[in-house]
Amino acid sequence: MPVAKTIRGIGRGSIDAVWRIGRATRFFFLILLYSGSSFRRFHLTIKELFSTGVMSLIIIVVAGLFVGMVLGLQGYETLKRYGSESALGVMVALGLVRELGPVVAALLFASRAGSAMTAEIGLMKATEQISAMEMMAVNPIARIVAPRFWAGVISMPLLAALFSAVGVFGGYFVGVMQIGVDEGSFWSQMQSAVDFREDIMNGVLKSFVFGTAVTVIALFEGYDAPPTAEGVSGATTRTVVTSSLVILMLDFILTAMMFGGK
Amino acid sequence: MERTTLDLWVGMFVVAGIAALVMLAMKVGNLSTYNVSETYEVHAYFSNIGGLKPKASIKSAGVLVGRVTGITLDTERYEAKVMMSVDKRYQFPKDTFANILTSGLLGEQYIGLAPGGDEEMLKNGDQVKMTQSAVVLEDLISKFLYSKAEEPAK
Repeated sequence: MPVAKTIRGIGRGSIDAVWRIGRATRFFFLILLYSGSSFRRFHLTIKELFSTGVMSLIIIVVAGLFVGMVLGLQGYETLKRYGSESALGVMVALGLVRELGPVVAALLFASRAGSAMTAEIGLMKATEQISAMEMMAVNPIARIVAPRFWAGVISMPLLAALFSAVGVFGGYFVGVMQIGVDEGSFWSQMQSAVDFREDIMNGVLKSFVFGTAVTVIALFEGYDAPPTAEGVSGATTRTVVTSSLVILMLDFILTAMMFGGK
Repeated sequence: MERTTLDLWVGMFVVAGIAALVMLAMKVGNLSTYNVSETYEVHAYFSNIGGLKPKASIKSAGVLVGRVTGITLDTERYEAKVMMSVDKRYQFPKDTFANILTSGLLGEQYIGLAPGGDEEMLKNGDQVKMTQSAVVLEDLISKFLYSKAEEPAK
């Protein structure tokens, strides 16, 4: 009976998914509950800030520069048709600050830092380091998971801001220095169109939400991974796929809430 | 020793991130143009504001002197009431003329103030009495078409 089998498979899959969402939520609250020690012993968090934040700097800066340069080129090509090249700065800045900065930085962060987190924790679990900690009455969530969570939450908005800032300079480089858009109108139109609260702070808020989502997903996948080589590799893949999808979905919801219907 | 170099790197990362935020706020955003100087509020009635929006700029002789703070429909006279906050440094006579203008052909709309010759100056809460509404393109076109149709055929 292949039909019954398929239906049974779908049912099992859905129930498993709901089960996992429940466990992930409980895991998130456990992290919040035990995060006191990641501030009392702040050097643990600093160490994780180094491996998630500082080590992601290069990829974020290089990607931001190129995204800004592409925006400058493409924006110029389109705006030229309407004779409004002077609005290039507005286009580059709004595109980066509102959308591309938080979203692309979060996608890069998920594949650069999130996958590393999952693999590290999954391997710790596979080599029974986590069980050993529990045996020594050390809470693994307080000692391992919470510092990584806070490092991710702190570094994501900073990385997104860096991405946007470098991207604006990339757009400036291509638009003003290469193509020759007027420098004064580039900056002044940008300044009159970009609002600090509406645009910049909403972008920071977005990246904060993305940072929380990506780190929780990465840590949960690692902590929940089957303790085998295959299990860890599967969990790492799931981290990148799930967090990328969640970023894009959350981005739609947040954009609709912040900018929609005005 | 290991811990101090780590701290240094993380510190540099945090400083760079905050510097990027400050740069976004000052150079890209309009935080530096938020005037901390004092303002006074005036309002004006327009029969049609076209595409004027809150936060639109108020200019006099092309110089930014204030911002539109709010737009409501006054149901007693069925006209748009536009609240404006003007920088205290710039005083305008009582018979100042307020126009809704457009920057460029497709640009955004702003309010232009043309000062009159009155000795008294506008105070907080005053009304700018003389206004001119936004130019609505459809009205212009229909006027033009009607005047063309009325012309005798040659």
